[in-house]
Amino acid sequence: MSLTSILLHQALNGLVLGSFYALVALGYTMIFGVIKLLNFAHGDLYMAGGFVALLVLSAISGIVGAGWPGIFLAMLLAMIAVGCLGVVIERIAYHPMLGAPRLSILITALAVSLVLENTVLALTNGQYAAFQTSLGFGGVAIGGLFITYSEMVLVGMAALLMVTLELFVTRTQYGRAMRAVAVDTDMCALLGINVPTVIGVTFFIGSALAAAAGTMAGAYYGSLWYFMGFLIGLKAFTAAVIGGIGSIPGAMLGGLVLGMLESFGTQIPGIGSQWKDVFSFVVLILVLVFKPTGLLGRSEQERM
Amino acid sequence: MPCSDLSDAPLLRLHGLVAGYGRIRALHGVDLEVRRGQIVALLGANGAGKTTTLKTISGLVRASAGRVLFEGRDITALRPSDIARLGLVHVPEGRRILRGLSVRENLELGAFTVRDAGERQRRMRHVFGLFPILERRQHQDGALLSGGEQQMLAMGRALMQGPKLLLLDEPSMGLAPKLVLEVMRIVRTLNDEGATVLLVEQNARLALRLADYGYVLESGAVRMQGSAETLRDDRTIIEAYLGA
Ligand SMILES: Nc1ncnc2c1ncn2[C@@H]1O[C@H](COP(=O)(O)OP(=O)(O)O)[C@@H](O)[C@H]1O
Ligand SMILES: [Mg+2]
Repeated sequence: MSLTSILLHQALNGLVLGSFYALVALGYTMIFGVIKLLNFAHGDLYMAGGFVALLVLSAISGIVGAGWPGIFLAMLLAMIAVGCLGVVIERIAYHPMLGAPRLSILITALAVSLVLENTVLALTNGQYAAFQTSLGFGGVAIGGLFITYSEMVLVGMAALLMVTLELFVTRTQYGRAMRAVAVDTDMCALLGINVPTVIGVTFFIGSALAAAAGTMAGAYYGSLWYFMGFLIGLKAFTAAVIGGIGSIPGAMLGGLVLGMLESFGTQIPGIGSQWKDVFSFVVLILVLVFKPTGLLGRSEQERM
Repeated sequence: MPCSDLSDAPLLRLHGLVAGYGRIRALHGVDLEVRRGQIVALLGANGAGKTTTLKTISGLVRASAGRVLFEGRDITALRPSDIARLGLVHVPEGRRILRGLSVRENLELGAFTVRDAGERQRRMRHVFGLFPILERRQHQDGALLSGGEQQMLAMGRALMQGPKLLLLDEPSMGLAPKLVLEVMRIVRTLNDEGATVLLVEQNARLALRLADYGYVLESGAVRMQGSAETLRDDRTIIEAYLGA
Protein backbone atom coordinates (compact mmCIF):
# COMPACT_ATOMS: atom_id res chain seq x y z
CA MET A 1 0.00 0.00 0.00
CA SER A 2 1.23 3.47 -0.80
CA LEU A 3 1.65 6.06 1.93
CA THR A 4 -1.32 8.13 0.76
CA SER A 5 -3.62 5.16 0.73
CA ILE A 6 -2.48 4.24 4.25
CA LEU A 7 -3.16 7.78 5.39
CA LEU A 8 -6.57 7.85 3.72
CA HIS A 9 -7.42 4.52 5.26
CA GLN A 10 -6.47 5.78 8.71
CA ALA A 11 -8.53 8.94 8.14
CA LEU A 12 -11.55 6.78 7.37
CA ASN A 13 -10.97 4.66 10.47
CA GLY A 14 -10.63 7.84 12.49
CA LEU A 15 -13.87 9.17 11.05
CA VAL A 16 -15.83 6.03 11.95
CA LEU A 17 -14.33 5.83 15.43
CA GLY A 18 -14.77 9.57 15.86
CA SER A 19 -18.47 9.32 14.96
CA PHE A 20 -19.03 6.86 17.80
CA TYR A 21 -17.03 9.00 20.22
CA ALA A 22 -18.89 12.13 19.15
CA LEU A 23 -22.35 10.62 19.60
CA VAL A 24 -21.51 9.41 23.10
CA ALA A 25 -19.63 12.61 23.98
CA LEU A 26 -22.70 14.67 23.04
CA GLY A 27 -24.78 13.05 25.76
CA TYR A 28 -21.92 13.46 28.23
CA THR A 29 -21.66 17.14 27.51
CA MET A 30 -25.40 17.86 27.39
CA ILE A 31 -26.01 16.16 30.70
CA PHE A 32 -23.04 17.93 32.24
CA GLY A 33 -24.58 21.16 30.96
CA VAL A 34 -27.94 20.85 32.64
CA ILE A 35 -27.02 19.25 35.98
CA LYS A 36 -23.23 19.66 36.15
CA LEU A 37 -22.81 15.91 36.52
CA LEU A 38 -20.14 13.80 34.84
CA ASN A 39 -22.45 10.91 34.12
CA PHE A 40 -20.09 7.99 34.45
CA ALA A 41 -22.96 5.66 33.57
CA HIS A 42 -23.24 7.18 30.12
CA GLY A 43 -21.01 4.61 28.40
CA ASP A 44 -23.21 1.88 29.82
CA LEU A 45 -26.21 3.36 28.04
CA TYR A 46 -24.24 2.89 24.82
CA MET A 47 -23.79 -0.75 25.79
CA ALA A 48 -27.46 -1.09 26.72
CA GLY A 49 -28.42 0.45 23.38
CA GLY A 50 -26.43 -2.19 21.55
CA PHE A 51 -28.10 -5.01 23.45
CA VAL A 52 -31.63 -3.63 23.04
CA ALA A 53 -31.00 -3.26 19.30
CA LEU A 54 -29.70 -6.81 19.13
CA LEU A 55 -32.82 -8.11 20.87
CA VAL A 56 -35.08 -6.17 18.54
CA LEU A 57 -33.13 -7.22 15.48
CA SER A 58 -33.26 -10.92 16.38
CA ALA A 59 -37.00 -10.57 16.88
CA ILE A 60 -37.71 -8.81 13.60
CA SER A 61 -35.00 -10.14 11.28
CA GLY A 62 -37.34 -12.96 10.22
CA ILE A 63 -39.68 -10.33 8.81
CA VAL A 64 -37.51 -7.46 7.63
CA GLY A 65 -34.16 -9.18 7.41
CA ALA A 66 -30.90 -8.19 9.10
CA GLY A 67 -29.86 -5.56 6.58
CA TRP A 68 -30.03 -1.79 6.98
CA PRO A 69 -33.87 -1.53 7.21
CA GLY A 70 -33.88 -3.95 10.13
CA ILE A 71 -30.90 -2.26 11.76
CA PHE A 72 -32.54 1.17 11.43
CA LEU A 73 -35.71 -0.09 13.04
CA ALA A 74 -33.74 -1.78 15.82
CA MET A 75 -31.73 1.40 16.35
CA LEU A 76 -34.86 3.52 16.54
CA LEU A 77 -36.44 1.26 19.15
CA ALA A 78 -33.16 1.07 21.08
CA MET A 79 -32.98 4.87 21.08
CA ILE A 80 -36.50 5.16 22.48
CA ALA A 81 -36.01 2.43 25.08
CA VAL A 82 -32.63 3.66 26.28
CA GLY A 83 -33.83 7.27 26.13
CA CYS A 84 -36.57 6.29 28.57
CA LEU A 85 -34.04 4.38 30.66
CA GLY A 86 -31.95 7.56 30.89
CA VAL A 87 -34.98 9.55 32.04
CA VAL A 88 -35.80 6.92 34.68
CA ILE A 89 -32.19 6.89 35.93
CA GLU A 90 -32.25 10.67 36.27
CA ARG A 91 -35.55 10.61 38.16
CA ILE A 92 -34.64 7.79 40.52
CA ALA A 93 -30.91 8.20 41.05
CA TYR A 94 -29.85 11.77 40.27
CA HIS A 95 -32.86 13.97 40.88
CA PRO A 96 -33.00 13.28 44.64
CA MET A 97 -29.27 14.10 44.84
CA LEU A 98 -29.34 17.49 43.12
CA GLY A 99 -29.01 19.44 46.36
CA ALA A 100 -26.27 17.17 47.71
CA PRO A 101 -22.51 17.77 47.36
CA ARG A 102 -21.04 17.10 43.92
CA LEU A 103 -19.08 14.09 45.10
CA SER A 104 -22.23 12.29 46.28
CA ILE A 105 -23.91 12.52 42.90
CA LEU A 106 -20.69 11.45 41.18
CA ILE A 107 -20.58 8.35 43.37
CA THR A 108 -24.24 7.76 42.54
CA ALA A 109 -23.33 7.80 38.85
CA LEU A 110 -20.63 5.19 39.46
CA ALA A 111 -23.21 3.06 41.26
CA VAL A 112 -25.64 3.37 38.35
CA SER A 113 -22.84 2.27 36.04
CA LEU A 114 -22.15 -0.80 38.21
CA VAL A 115 -25.84 -1.70 38.29
CA LEU A 116 -26.17 -1.49 34.51
CA GLU A 117 -22.99 -3.44 33.82
CA ASN A 118 -23.75 -6.16 36.33
CA THR A 119 -27.33 -6.55 35.18
CA VAL A 120 -26.12 -7.24 31.66
CA LEU A 121 -23.30 -9.41 33.03
CA ALA A 122 -25.87 -11.56 34.81
CA LEU A 123 -28.12 -11.74 31.76
CA THR A 124 -25.32 -12.68 29.37
CA ASN A 125 -23.08 -14.70 31.70
CA GLY A 126 -20.33 -12.34 30.68
CA GLN A 127 -20.24 -13.81 27.18
CA TYR A 128 -19.77 -11.86 23.99
CA ALA A 129 -22.99 -11.67 22.01
CA ALA A 130 -22.74 -11.88 18.24
CA PHE A 131 -24.47 -8.96 16.51
CA GLN A 132 -25.34 -10.76 13.32
CA THR A 133 -26.27 -8.69 10.32
CA SER A 134 -26.49 -9.39 6.64
CA LEU A 135 -24.32 -6.40 5.83
CA GLY A 136 -21.63 -7.48 3.39
CA PHE A 137 -18.25 -6.01 2.73
CA GLY A 138 -19.26 -4.40 -0.52
CA GLY A 139 -18.12 -0.89 -1.20
CA VAL A 140 -16.45 1.44 -3.65
CA ALA A 141 -12.88 2.39 -4.31
CA ILE A 142 -12.28 6.13 -4.40
CA GLY A 143 -8.74 6.89 -5.44
CA GLY A 144 -6.60 4.65 -3.31
CA LEU A 145 -9.28 4.23 -0.68
CA PHE A 146 -11.82 1.45 -0.39
CA ILE A 147 -14.94 2.49 1.54
CA THR A 148 -17.56 -0.07 2.46
CA TYR A 149 -21.22 0.83 2.12
CA SER A 150 -21.58 0.12 5.84
CA GLU A 151 -18.99 2.75 6.67
CA MET A 152 -20.76 5.27 4.48
CA VAL A 153 -24.16 4.62 5.99
CA LEU A 154 -22.69 4.68 9.48
CA VAL A 155 -20.91 7.98 9.13
CA GLY A 156 -23.92 9.40 7.29
CA MET A 157 -26.27 8.33 10.10
CA ALA A 158 -24.02 9.86 12.73
CA ALA A 159 -23.85 13.10 10.75
CA LEU A 160 -27.63 13.14 10.31
CA LEU A 161 -28.18 12.67 14.04
CA MET A 162 -25.78 15.49 14.83
CA VAL A 163 -27.36 17.87 12.33
CA THR A 164 -30.78 17.05 13.78
CA LEU A 165 -29.48 17.73 17.28
CA GLU A 166 -28.00 21.04 16.16
CA LEU A 167 -31.34 22.06 14.62
CA PHE A 168 -33.10 21.00 17.81
CA VAL A 169 -30.92 23.08 20.13
CA THR A 170 -30.98 26.19 17.95
CA ARG A 171 -34.46 26.15 16.40
CA THR A 172 -36.83 24.80 19.03
CA GLN A 173 -37.97 26.26 22.33
CA TYR A 174 -36.98 23.11 24.23
CA GLY A 175 -33.57 23.15 22.59
CA ARG A 176 -33.00 26.76 23.57
CA ALA A 177 -34.31 26.01 27.03
CA MET A 178 -31.77 23.20 27.31
CA ARG A 179 -28.92 25.59 26.59
CA ALA A 180 -30.45 28.16 28.91
CA VAL A 181 -30.83 25.73 31.83
CA ALA A 182 -27.12 24.99 31.46
CA VAL A 183 -26.39 28.68 32.01
CA ASP A 184 -28.86 29.79 34.69
CA THR A 185 -31.45 27.44 36.18
CA ASP A 186 -33.14 30.01 38.41
CA MET A 187 -33.57 32.50 35.58
CA CYS A 188 -35.16 29.75 33.49
CA ALA A 189 -37.66 29.05 36.25
CA LEU A 190 -38.50 32.77 36.35
CA LEU A 191 -39.27 32.57 32.63
CA GLY A 192 -41.84 29.87 33.34
CA ILE A 193 -39.63 27.08 32.04
CA ASN A 194 -40.28 23.76 33.76
CA VAL A 195 -36.65 22.94 34.53
CA PRO A 196 -37.13 19.28 35.58
CA THR A 197 -38.89 18.62 32.26
CA VAL A 198 -36.01 20.19 30.34
CA ILE A 199 -33.54 18.03 32.31
CA GLY A 200 -35.66 14.97 31.45
CA VAL A 201 -35.66 15.86 27.75
CA THR A 202 -31.89 16.28 27.89
CA PHE A 203 -31.41 12.84 29.46
CA PHE A 204 -33.71 11.32 26.87
CA ILE A 205 -31.82 12.79 23.94
CA GLY A 206 -28.36 12.17 25.37
CA SER A 207 -29.17 8.55 26.20
CA ALA A 208 -30.83 7.97 22.82
CA LEU A 209 -27.71 9.22 21.03
CA ALA A 210 -25.58 6.82 23.07
CA ALA A 211 -27.95 3.99 22.12
CA ALA A 212 -27.66 4.92 18.45
CA ALA A 213 -23.88 4.75 18.72
CA GLY A 214 -24.11 1.41 20.56
CA THR A 215 -26.28 -0.03 17.80
CA MET A 216 -23.98 1.20 15.06
CA ALA A 217 -20.91 -0.10 16.87
CA GLY A 218 -22.59 -3.48 17.32
CA ALA A 219 -23.44 -3.68 13.64
CA TYR A 220 -19.99 -2.48 12.63
CA TYR A 221 -17.82 -4.63 14.90
CA GLY A 222 -20.23 -7.57 14.99
CA SER A 223 -20.28 -8.23 18.71
CA LEU A 224 -21.40 -6.84 22.07
CA TRP A 225 -20.10 -7.24 25.59
CA TYR A 226 -21.42 -6.07 28.97
CA PHE A 227 -18.22 -4.13 29.62
CA MET A 228 -18.00 -2.42 26.22
CA GLY A 229 -19.36 0.87 27.62
CA PHE A 230 -16.56 1.34 30.12
CA LEU A 231 -13.80 2.31 27.77
CA ILE A 232 -15.96 4.31 25.37
CA GLY A 233 -17.36 6.19 28.37
CA LEU A 234 -13.83 7.28 29.24
CA LYS A 235 -13.10 8.08 25.60
CA ALA A 236 -16.29 10.11 25.26
CA PHE A 237 -15.37 11.97 28.43
CA THR A 238 -11.96 12.66 26.88
CA ALA A 239 -13.61 13.82 23.65
CA ALA A 240 -15.98 16.11 25.57
CA VAL A 241 -13.04 17.61 27.47
CA ILE A 242 -11.02 18.09 24.28
CA GLY A 243 -13.96 19.98 22.75
CA GLY A 244 -14.73 21.85 25.97
CA ILE A 245 -17.07 20.14 28.40
CA GLY A 246 -20.58 21.57 28.14
CA SER A 247 -20.17 22.64 24.52
CA ILE A 248 -22.29 20.76 21.97
CA PRO A 249 -20.21 21.64 18.90
CA GLY A 250 -17.19 20.92 21.10
CA ALA A 251 -18.36 17.35 21.71
CA MET A 252 -18.76 16.74 17.98
CA LEU A 253 -15.36 18.21 17.22
CA GLY A 254 -13.71 16.52 20.21
CA GLY A 255 -15.06 13.13 19.15
CA LEU A 256 -13.70 13.50 15.64
CA VAL A 257 -10.38 14.86 16.84
CA LEU A 258 -9.96 11.96 19.27
CA GLY A 259 -10.92 9.41 16.62
CA MET A 260 -8.36 10.88 14.23
CA LEU A 261 -5.67 11.17 16.89
CA GLU A 262 -6.08 7.52 17.83
CA SER A 263 -6.18 6.37 14.27
CA PHE A 264 -3.10 8.28 13.19
CA GLY A 265 -1.32 8.05 16.53
CA THR A 266 -1.08 4.31 16.24
CA GLN A 267 0.73 4.75 12.90
CA ILE A 268 3.62 6.60 14.49
CA PRO A 269 6.58 4.21 14.52
CA GLY A 270 7.02 2.77 17.98
CA ILE A 271 3.37 3.36 18.95
CA GLY A 272 1.43 0.28 17.95
CA SER A 273 -2.33 -0.12 18.23
CA GLN A 274 -1.91 -1.66 21.68
CA TRP A 275 -0.93 1.84 22.81
CA LYS A 276 -4.10 3.41 21.41
CA ASP A 277 -5.81 3.93 24.78
CA VAL A 278 -2.68 5.16 26.51
CA PHE A 279 -2.34 7.62 23.65
CA SER A 280 -5.90 8.95 24.22
CA PHE A 281 -5.46 9.45 27.91
CA VAL A 282 -2.12 11.16 27.45
CA VAL A 283 -4.00 13.55 25.16
CA LEU A 284 -6.64 14.01 27.88
CA ILE A 285 -3.99 14.88 30.45
CA LEU A 286 -2.27 17.28 28.06
CA VAL A 287 -5.56 19.07 27.36
CA LEU A 288 -6.38 19.28 31.06
CA VAL A 289 -2.95 20.71 31.81
CA PHE A 290 -2.58 23.14 28.93
CA LYS A 291 -6.12 24.03 27.85
CA PRO A 292 -8.63 22.85 30.47
CA THR A 293 -11.46 24.73 28.75
CA GLY A 294 -10.98 22.63 25.62
CA LEU A 295 -11.06 23.70 21.99
CA LEU A 296 -14.50 25.35 22.01
CA GLY A 297 -15.20 25.77 25.72
CA ARG A 298 -15.45 29.06 27.52
CA SER A 299 -13.55 30.00 30.58
CA GLU A 300 -16.58 30.19 32.88
CA GLN A 301 -17.68 27.14 34.78
CA GLU A 302 -21.14 26.75 33.27
CA ARG A 303 -21.57 26.71 29.57
CA MET A 304 -23.21 24.78 26.82
CA MET B 1 -66.28 40.60 54.65
CA PRO B 2 -64.50 37.95 52.57
CA CYS B 3 -63.75 38.57 48.95
CA SER B 4 -65.68 41.77 48.35
CA ASP B 5 -65.24 43.68 45.11
CA LEU B 6 -62.62 41.79 43.13
CA SER B 7 -61.49 44.68 40.94
CA ASP B 8 -60.81 46.67 44.08
CA ALA B 9 -58.77 43.90 45.73
CA PRO B 10 -55.00 44.43 45.51
CA LEU B 11 -53.20 42.61 42.72
CA LEU B 12 -50.50 41.52 45.15
CA ARG B 13 -50.67 41.23 48.88
CA LEU B 14 -48.01 40.10 51.34
CA HIS B 15 -49.20 38.96 54.76
CA GLY B 16 -46.64 38.73 57.55
CA LEU B 17 -44.03 37.31 55.22
CA VAL B 18 -41.11 35.61 56.98
CA ALA B 19 -38.21 34.23 54.92
CA GLY B 20 -34.47 33.79 54.93
CA TYR B 21 -31.48 31.73 53.91
CA GLY B 22 -30.94 28.62 55.98
CA ARG B 23 -30.89 29.84 59.55
CA ILE B 24 -30.42 33.48 58.60
CA ARG B 25 -33.70 35.35 58.72
CA ALA B 26 -33.91 38.16 56.21
CA LEU B 27 -37.63 39.07 56.43
CA HIS B 28 -39.45 39.35 59.74
CA GLY B 29 -43.11 39.67 58.80
CA VAL B 30 -43.48 41.94 55.79
CA ASP B 31 -46.95 43.32 54.95
CA LEU B 32 -47.34 45.02 51.62
CA GLU B 33 -49.95 45.70 48.94
CA VAL B 34 -49.72 46.53 45.27
CA ARG B 35 -52.88 47.74 43.54
CA ARG B 36 -53.64 47.16 39.90
CA GLY B 37 -52.11 49.79 37.63
CA GLN B 38 -49.81 51.23 40.26
CA ILE B 39 -46.07 51.66 40.41
CA VAL B 40 -45.02 50.86 43.96
CA ALA B 41 -41.49 51.62 45.11
CA LEU B 42 -39.75 49.32 47.59
CA LEU B 43 -36.94 51.28 49.20
CA GLY B 44 -34.35 50.69 51.86
CA ALA B 45 -30.65 50.58 52.55
CA ASN B 46 -28.40 47.79 51.38
CA GLY B 47 -29.22 44.53 53.11
CA ALA B 48 -32.70 45.71 54.18
CA GLY B 49 -34.34 42.71 52.51
CA LYS B 50 -35.65 44.17 49.23
CA THR B 51 -34.21 41.46 47.01
CA THR B 52 -35.32 38.76 49.42
CA THR B 53 -38.85 40.16 49.33
CA LEU B 54 -38.97 39.90 45.54
CA LYS B 55 -37.42 36.41 45.57
CA THR B 56 -39.99 35.22 48.08
CA ILE B 57 -42.82 36.59 45.96
CA SER B 58 -41.54 34.83 42.84
CA GLY B 59 -40.87 31.60 44.72
CA LEU B 60 -37.07 31.49 44.50
CA VAL B 61 -36.92 31.80 48.29
CA ARG B 62 -39.44 29.81 50.37
CA ALA B 63 -41.48 31.69 52.96
CA SER B 64 -41.27 30.08 56.40
CA ALA B 65 -44.38 31.94 57.53
CA GLY B 66 -46.91 34.34 56.07
CA ARG B 67 -48.62 34.37 52.71
CA VAL B 68 -48.30 35.78 49.23
CA LEU B 69 -51.62 36.48 47.50
CA PHE B 70 -51.68 37.23 43.78
CA GLU B 71 -55.04 38.18 42.27
CA GLY B 72 -56.56 36.96 45.50
CA ARG B 73 -54.99 33.52 45.15
CA ASP B 74 -52.51 32.06 47.63
CA ILE B 75 -49.31 31.40 45.65
CA THR B 76 -46.94 30.96 48.61
CA ALA B 77 -46.31 27.28 47.95
CA LEU B 78 -46.14 27.38 44.15
CA ARG B 79 -42.94 26.70 42.20
CA PRO B 80 -41.23 29.69 40.54
CA SER B 81 -42.07 28.45 37.03
CA ASP B 82 -45.77 28.13 37.93
CA ILE B 83 -45.78 31.59 39.50
CA ALA B 84 -44.19 33.04 36.36
CA ARG B 85 -46.91 31.42 34.27
CA LEU B 86 -49.54 33.41 36.17
CA GLY B 87 -48.09 36.63 34.76
CA LEU B 88 -46.08 37.51 37.84
CA VAL B 89 -42.78 38.36 36.24
CA HIS B 90 -39.56 38.87 38.18
CA VAL B 91 -36.66 40.70 36.56
CA PRO B 92 -33.90 39.84 39.01
CA GLU B 93 -30.92 41.83 40.19
CA GLY B 94 -28.06 41.78 37.70
CA ARG B 95 -30.24 41.22 34.60
CA ARG B 96 -29.32 37.56 34.23
CA ILE B 97 -29.03 37.53 30.45
CA LEU B 98 -28.63 33.95 29.20
CA ARG B 99 -25.04 33.76 28.00
CA GLY B 100 -24.38 31.86 24.80
CA LEU B 101 -27.90 32.59 23.56
CA SER B 102 -28.52 35.39 21.08
CA VAL B 103 -30.59 38.45 21.89
CA ARG B 104 -33.42 37.00 19.86
CA GLU B 105 -33.17 33.63 21.61
CA ASN B 106 -33.27 35.34 24.99
CA LEU B 107 -36.49 37.05 23.91
CA GLU B 108 -37.94 33.83 22.47
CA LEU B 109 -37.41 32.13 25.81
CA GLY B 110 -39.34 34.92 27.51
CA ALA B 111 -42.36 33.57 25.63
CA PHE B 112 -41.50 29.95 26.44
CA THR B 113 -44.99 29.30 27.74
CA VAL B 114 -46.65 30.81 24.66
CA ARG B 115 -47.41 27.91 22.32
CA ASP B 116 -48.71 30.08 19.47
CA ALA B 117 -45.78 31.13 17.25
CA GLY B 118 -47.82 33.99 15.80
CA GLU B 119 -48.39 35.45 19.24
CA ARG B 120 -44.67 35.14 19.99
CA GLN B 121 -43.92 37.04 16.78
CA ARG B 122 -46.42 39.73 17.69
CA ARG B 123 -44.80 40.22 21.09
CA MET B 124 -41.33 40.23 19.54
CA ARG B 125 -42.32 43.01 17.13
CA HIS B 126 -43.75 44.97 20.04
CA VAL B 127 -40.50 44.61 22.00
CA PHE B 128 -38.43 45.59 18.94
CA GLY B 129 -40.68 48.63 18.58
CA LEU B 130 -39.89 49.71 22.12
CA PHE B 131 -36.20 48.82 21.91
CA PRO B 132 -34.95 49.21 18.33
CA ILE B 133 -31.39 48.48 19.49
CA LEU B 134 -32.43 44.93 20.35
CA GLU B 135 -33.61 44.35 16.81
CA ARG B 136 -30.32 45.57 15.41
CA ARG B 137 -28.41 43.33 17.82
CA GLN B 138 -30.77 40.35 17.63
CA HIS B 139 -28.19 37.86 16.39
CA GLN B 140 -25.48 38.80 18.90
CA ASP B 141 -24.79 36.85 22.06
CA GLY B 142 -26.94 38.59 24.69
CA ALA B 143 -24.08 38.59 27.16
CA LEU B 144 -21.98 40.76 24.84
CA LEU B 145 -24.38 43.73 25.03
CA SER B 146 -23.50 46.79 27.08
CA GLY B 147 -25.01 47.17 30.55
CA GLY B 148 -27.79 49.45 29.35
CA GLU B 149 -28.63 47.21 26.42
CA GLN B 150 -28.68 44.19 28.71
CA GLN B 151 -31.17 45.94 30.95
CA MET B 152 -33.35 46.62 27.92
CA LEU B 153 -33.05 42.98 26.93
CA ALA B 154 -34.03 41.90 30.45
CA MET B 155 -37.10 44.16 30.31
CA GLY B 156 -37.90 43.10 26.76
CA ARG B 157 -37.69 39.47 27.81
CA ALA B 158 -40.02 40.24 30.72
CA LEU B 159 -42.47 41.85 28.28
CA MET B 160 -42.39 38.68 26.16
CA GLN B 161 -43.78 36.92 29.24
CA GLY B 162 -46.94 39.02 29.11
CA PRO B 163 -46.62 40.46 32.62
CA LYS B 164 -49.54 41.47 34.81
CA LEU B 165 -47.13 42.37 37.59
CA LEU B 166 -43.48 43.23 37.08
CA LEU B 167 -41.01 42.87 39.94
CA LEU B 168 -38.00 44.98 38.99
CA ASP B 169 -34.88 44.62 41.14
CA GLU B 170 -32.62 47.68 40.79
CA PRO B 171 -32.97 48.03 37.04
CA SER B 172 -30.68 51.06 37.03
CA MET B 173 -27.86 49.42 38.95
CA GLY B 174 -24.46 50.14 37.45
CA LEU B 175 -25.78 52.32 34.64
CA ALA B 176 -24.59 55.80 33.62
CA PRO B 177 -26.91 58.64 34.78
CA LYS B 178 -28.31 59.20 31.32
CA LEU B 179 -29.21 55.53 31.01
CA VAL B 180 -30.78 55.55 34.47
CA LEU B 181 -33.26 58.13 33.24
CA GLU B 182 -33.87 56.08 30.11
CA VAL B 183 -34.61 53.01 32.21
CA MET B 184 -37.04 55.00 34.35
CA ARG B 185 -38.80 56.21 31.21
CA ILE B 186 -39.14 52.60 30.11
CA VAL B 187 -40.63 51.60 33.45
CA ARG B 188 -43.20 54.36 32.97
CA THR B 189 -43.97 53.10 29.46
CA LEU B 190 -44.45 49.52 30.65
CA ASN B 191 -46.78 50.79 33.32
CA ASP B 192 -48.74 52.88 30.81
CA GLU B 193 -49.11 49.73 28.72
CA GLY B 194 -50.88 48.03 31.57
CA ALA B 195 -48.25 46.33 33.71
CA THR B 196 -48.39 46.95 37.43
CA VAL B 197 -44.89 47.47 38.83
CA LEU B 198 -43.16 46.75 42.12
CA LEU B 199 -39.88 48.62 41.79
CA VAL B 200 -36.83 48.14 43.99
CA GLU B 201 -34.43 51.06 43.74
CA GLN B 202 -31.38 52.37 45.53
CA ASN B 203 -32.04 55.81 44.18
CA ALA B 204 -35.04 56.75 46.32
CA ARG B 205 -35.65 60.19 44.91
CA LEU B 206 -35.83 58.86 41.41
CA ALA B 207 -38.09 55.95 42.36
CA LEU B 208 -40.46 58.23 44.24
CA ARG B 209 -40.75 60.53 41.25
CA LEU B 210 -42.09 57.57 39.30
CA ALA B 211 -44.08 55.71 41.92
CA ASP B 212 -47.61 56.13 43.23
CA TYR B 213 -46.86 54.59 46.58
CA GLY B 214 -43.77 53.58 48.51
CA TYR B 215 -42.60 51.27 51.26
CA VAL B 216 -39.39 51.64 53.24
CA LEU B 217 -37.84 48.40 54.46
CA GLU B 218 -35.43 48.27 57.36
CA SER B 219 -33.86 45.06 58.68
CA GLY B 220 -36.47 42.90 57.05
CA ALA B 221 -39.59 44.77 58.15
CA VAL B 222 -41.66 47.63 56.74
CA ARG B 223 -40.50 50.72 58.58
CA MET B 224 -42.64 53.27 56.82
CA GLN B 225 -45.11 53.58 53.98
CA GLY B 226 -47.15 56.22 52.24
CA SER B 227 -48.00 57.87 49.00
CA ALA B 228 -44.98 58.79 46.93
CA GLU B 229 -45.63 62.50 47.53
CA THR B 230 -45.68 62.12 51.28
CA LEU B 231 -42.46 60.13 51.31
CA ARG B 232 -40.83 62.47 48.83
CA ASP B 233 -41.56 65.56 50.90
CA ASP B 234 -40.41 64.04 54.13
CA ARG B 235 -36.79 65.11 54.33
CA THR B 236 -36.11 63.09 57.45
CA ILE B 237 -37.09 59.91 55.67
CA ILE B 238 -34.90 60.62 52.71
CA GLU B 239 -31.95 61.42 54.92
CA ALA B 240 -32.40 58.80 57.62
CA TYR B 241 -33.40 55.77 55.61
CA LEU B 242 -32.66 56.34 52.02
CA GLY B 243 -29.26 57.97 52.21
CA ALA B 244 -29.84 60.00 49.09
N1 LIG C 1 -27.88 34.07 49.51
C1 LIG C 1 -27.86 34.57 50.76
N2 LIG C 1 -27.41 33.81 51.79
C2 LIG C 1 -27.40 34.29 53.05
N3 LIG C 1 -27.81 35.51 53.39
C3 LIG C 1 -28.26 36.32 52.43
C4 LIG C 1 -28.31 35.89 51.06
N4 LIG C 1 -28.80 36.89 50.31
C5 LIG C 1 -29.06 37.90 51.18
N5 LIG C 1 -28.73 37.56 52.43
C6 LIG C 1 -28.90 38.39 53.63
O1 LIG C 1 -30.25 38.74 53.74
C7 LIG C 1 -30.39 40.09 54.10
C8 LIG C 1 -31.24 40.83 53.09
O2 LIG C 1 -30.55 40.85 51.85
P1 LIG C 1 -31.21 41.40 50.53
O3 LIG C 1 -32.60 40.93 50.45
O4 LIG C 1 -30.31 41.04 49.41
O5 LIG C 1 -31.17 42.98 50.76
P2 LIG C 1 -31.30 44.19 49.74
O6 LIG C 1 -31.75 43.68 48.44
O7 LIG C 1 -32.28 45.10 50.38
O8 LIG C 1 -29.95 44.82 49.66
C9 LIG C 1 -28.99 40.66 54.24
O9 LIG C 1 -28.64 40.64 55.60
C10 LIG C 1 -28.15 39.71 53.46
O10 LIG C 1 -26.86 39.61 54.01
MG1 LIG D 1 -30.82 43.78 46.53
